[in-house]
Amino acid sequence: MLEINNIHKTFNIGTINEKKALNGVTLYLDEGDFVTVIGGNGAGKSTMLNAVAGVWPIDSGSIIIDGSDVTGLPEHKRAPYLGRVFQDPMNGTTATMEIQENLALAARRGQRRTLKWGITKSEKTRYRELLKSLDLGLEDRMSSKVGLLSGGQRQAVTLLMATLKKPKLLLLDEHTAALDPKTAAKVLELSDKIIAENNLTAMMVTHNMRDAIVHGNRLIMMNEGQIILDIKGEEKKKLSVEDLLQKFEEVSGEEFASDKALLG
Amino acid sequence: MFDLIQVFCAGDITALMRALPGSAAQGLIWGIMAIGVFITYKILDFADLTVDGTLGTGGAVTVMLVLAGFPPVVATGIACIAGMLAGIVTGLLHTVFGIPAILSGILTQIALYSVNLNIAQGRANQAVSVDMYNLIVSGRDNPLTIVKVVGILAVIIALLYWFFGTEIGFTLRATGCNENMSRAQGINTSVAKVIALAFSNGLVGLSGGVLAQYQGNFDVNMGRGAIVIGLASVIIGEVIGEALFGKKLNFSAKLAFVAVGSIIYYVVIQFVLWLGLPTIDMKLFSAIVVAIFLAVPYMRAKSKNSYRKAAKS
Repeated sequence: MLEINNIHKTFNIGTINEKKALNGVTLYLDEGDFVTVIGGNGAGKSTMLNAVAGVWPIDSGSIIIDGSDVTGLPEHKRAPYLGRVFQDPMNGTTATMEIQENLALAARRGQRRTLKWGITKSEKTRYRELLKSLDLGLEDRMSSKVGLLSGGQRQAVTLLMATLKKPKLLLLDEHTAALDPKTAAKVLELSDKIIAENNLTAMMVTHNMRDAIVHGNRLIMMNEGQIILDIKGEEKKKLSVEDLLQKFEEVSGEEFASDKALLG
Repeated sequence: MFDLIQVFCAGDITALMRALPGSAAQGLIWGIMAIGVFITYKILDFADLTVDGTLGTGGAVTVMLVLAGFPPVVATGIACIAGMLAGIVTGLLHTVFGIPAILSGILTQIALYSVNLNIAQGRANQAVSVDMYNLIVSGRDNPLTIVKVVGILAVIIALLYWFFGTEIGFTLRATGCNENMSRAQGINTSVAKVIALAFSNGLVGLSGGVLAQYQGNFDVNMGRGAIVIGLASVIIGEVIGEALFGKKLNFSAKLAFVAVGSIIYYVVIQFVLWLGLPTIDMKLFSAIVVAIFLAVPYMRAKSKNSYRKAAKS
């Protein structure tokens, strides 16, 4: 479903701030794979997701989604393949538009937009049902502006938007990091449910080791712009947070100093 | 205080009343432009300074075409298209060449000054008489002007209401609010910006065309300070709309209130002129009024949420 072939990306080349963010990342995902991505700050987790999403062009390598080479496509042209949820709840939705209008925008991802109505009656009925399934009471507030919602509610709506039109690949970039623990758990549960129901291929960046172990069927760890660990299936199920910390030290040869990662 | 009352009484109130229809007519014509400013300033979140040039372009194109024998309606339509082209230029400067929004507008505006003079064949002003041509509106007949411009505004508001409810209209609104999200949803935000700028400046060009007919001439300086009048109208309209109907106003009502804001602006201008403000101080007065209107919401929010207050409690 996704092929990342030896991609490199260096930011601020030739300046004092030069940073090798991706240093030869290769990753193949099968259809239905749900990969969790962990690693310290600056390891390249979000950068890898942004490279796939096409936020900027990569320096070398190639990215193939469902058989199509998207390496040369700008962000908005890759959107048809991708559903994305960001760390900042403010980022995934349009605050000044209604909840139903946001969903309608997402429903047309990858379609040619014309002078037909931006939202139709039959869509509204469908969105009401979908919002009901979130169990947040949003189905009664469909014409409220998204700006009035809480961070957790916005993430839930964004998740719905990302999957409204079944994406080839769902990218979750620390999408629960800005939420309180209870809301984060709820949004994660919802992510699991949506991924399972639609049999989606997904990548989820997280700082929480336990979440990374519990969710998904595959786990990768990154360090200094490279994938240093890739664990699948049965082996992943047996993992513990201590195992991960130990593996990290083994492979990288340094203490895993990030407090956030230890908190798992 | 007593002095002020005397001033009031000294002024001829009938003169002010007589000027009202003219203020309303002018306000409505500028209201067309203000709706254009609304599209960029409020929906796209892009302070577009092109309009100062585009208004003159609309005037120049209309007057020259009418003098060349075009029917005034056609000439005004072409003025609208000319305005759209100006908006596209600003949009391309910004999206293709990466020039900051405000600077892109200023560059186009300055370029348009020469363009407008060229359109007017080098003349800084050019008269067009309602006696010789069947102009759409004229300053000599304010009631008829008001009726016609209200009609034009109704059509524009209806069209915009429809457009911003379409799929393409949605992309413009989303782009103005959250570009990252828009791109993630497959929207080409550069195209959306150029479309919004084209529509906005199209309306400004149209407004310039109507204004030139109303005042019976094109003047190369007719657009100077237009952005300030546009912003004033947008903000006054917003304040009054919210004061009367709260935050529940729908989109078409918001647009209508922009035109209302423009009328109020002209009535206020007429009033201060009547009070005896020298005309040469007009622009200074306008700038101060707009600065106050822009500053008040910020200052109010700040006073509700200030460090000094926090220290006291």
